[in-house]
Amino acid sequence: MNWLYLRRRGVNIINLTGSVLATLFGLFWLFWILWTTISYGISAFDLSMFQQNTPAPGSAGGLANAIMGSLIMVGLATAIGTPIGILAGTYLAEYGGRTWVAGSIRFINDILLSAPSIIIGLFVYELVVLRMGHFSALAGAIALAIIMLPVIIRTTEEMLKLVPNTLREAALALGAPRWKMISLVAYRAALSGILTGVLLAVARIAGETAPLLFTALNNQFWSTDLLQPMANLPVVIFQFAMSPYNEWHALAWAGSLLITLSVLGLSIIARTLLRKVRMEQ
Amino acid sequence: MAANSLLHIADAPLKRQRLIDRSFQAVTTASAWFVLVILAAIIVSLFVGGWQALSTFGPAFLTTDAWNPVTDKFGALVPIYGTLVSSFIALIIAVPISFGIALFLTEISPHWLRRPIGTAIELLAAIPSIIYGMWGLFVFAPIMSQYIQPWLQNHFGEATLAGPLFEGAPLGIGMLPAGIILGIMIIPFIASIMRDVFFTTPKMLKESAYAVGATHWEVVWNVVLPYTRVGAIGGIFLGLGRALGETMAVTFVIGNTHRFSLSLFEPGNSIASTLANEFNEAVGDMHTSALIALGLVLFMITFIVLAAAKFLLLSLERREGVKT
Repeated sequence: MNWLYLRRRGVNIINLTGSVLATLFGLFWLFWILWTTISYGISAFDLSMFQQNTPAPGSAGGLANAIMGSLIMVGLATAIGTPIGILAGTYLAEYGGRTWVAGSIRFINDILLSAPSIIIGLFVYELVVLRMGHFSALAGAIALAIIMLPVIIRTTEEMLKLVPNTLREAALALGAPRWKMISLVAYRAALSGILTGVLLAVARIAGETAPLLFTALNNQFWSTDLLQPMANLPVVIFQFAMSPYNEWHALAWAGSLLITLSVLGLSIIARTLLRKVRMEQ
Repeated sequence: MAANSLLHIADAPLKRQRLIDRSFQAVTTASAWFVLVILAAIIVSLFVGGWQALSTFGPAFLTTDAWNPVTDKFGALVPIYGTLVSSFIALIIAVPISFGIALFLTEISPHWLRRPIGTAIELLAAIPSIIYGMWGLFVFAPIMSQYIQPWLQNHFGEATLAGPLFEGAPLGIGMLPAGIILGIMIIPFIASIMRDVFFTTPKMLKESAYAVGATHWEVVWNVVLPYTRVGAIGGIFLGLGRALGETMAVTFVIGNTHRFSLSLFEPGNSIASTLANEFNEAVGDMHTSALIALGLVLFMITFIVLAAAKFLLLSLERREGVKT
């Protein structure tokens, strides 16, 4: 046991301990934040939250209009973003290949994937809100759709690339035209993977606040008019949390709990599906 | 004659198929180009919206710290400084922690524990940023002002170089808490990329090192890290890109004042939090335009950082492709 040996073992043990501590440190925040959301949110998390609209300052109420608004906008965004995303992903996987066009689209797509969402909000404000003259749920949905797009494009491409080429060749050899091969063979083989991408994208936008601030804004009342401002959970949470009223704080926490539960639920489902897909391949 | 007409019959559906084929390809191509169109449209619209401010103030927009809607004088220095400093604090926290997590997941953790812990860390990224913000404001800020900030002041307040960084009242909100929360938020991004690139190290290299008696740490530090350096730095850049543009969490805790201060305890402002706070209440065209110009600056900074990240990761991938 010479000195050098001991020193090397010592360094090793210290650094490995540090690594374990770092992992615990990371997990610690996750559980702390989850615990905070649950313990603060549970008090106002009841049936009336789903039944009553957002209240005036200092009075009791619920989040019904905000929940509805979020569902409408996320639904509309999904309806806009999914087809475009899947088609673009199809191009990258099936047609683009290694061309420089496909390469640069991939590059830009990956950058947009991490681009600040508030910028997308500004962009849609310029593009839609200014033209229309007022905030609207439609603008909010467009902003969310743009944020979804890169996620769906990327997963669709990855999932289509997992489909074995022998399947494609078999279809083409039987004389199937390319569109039939893609839509009847490749899509079918990659279906659960592509759906996972959509789920991940929904999870990504469900809690997005920044882009909605400039587009859908907020609405104190029940509204399902797409061309008018619409209440939505994230902006209501933001407004209520920044306010000085205790009733609003309680509702903000209840809303946070609802969003956190749904987002984490969606991500866990998506991850489980994704693992299954990868295992199968 | 008969053969000719037969050919015609077979030809018609074939033509239709060819037409569908072409239009299908055209639609997918158009959708893919849409990505580039969006990028161009974002840049153009931000440029157009911010033009009034950019043309009035010129390059001074980036270097002056006046932000006064009453006199219509705008300079972006304070929010740019706040964005950079808070992101820098975030990196100081997130990089070593992420490295530790990646090391744990690739070398130390037993197999059955890898997946649950990896998923748990990635879930940190799934929590919406507004939740981080509320947690930061209502839970973390009080702890910060009662315990952490006084401790920092007691230990470093008198230090010659670091002293000015820890001056001022321990409010619990300001640049330091914003940076810490950003750090927690970007840990999952950096950690998961570092883990993925660490896994790309060829087994042969690692086993050779182990065979000559290297410890776990020596293998990671002398074999894995040099091999994956490019990718690890790419991951760090990706995290930085996320931190720069993060909005809601920062808006809750940074304090939102346009006063320049060296102290990390003082409230400040980042580009994103300025936008979130002021955009809807902007008074006058110049204020709106200055805010959009601010957005353009943010987009440019994050674009460059993210492009660098992507470039680094791609070059690792390419090297991988050549090797295998």
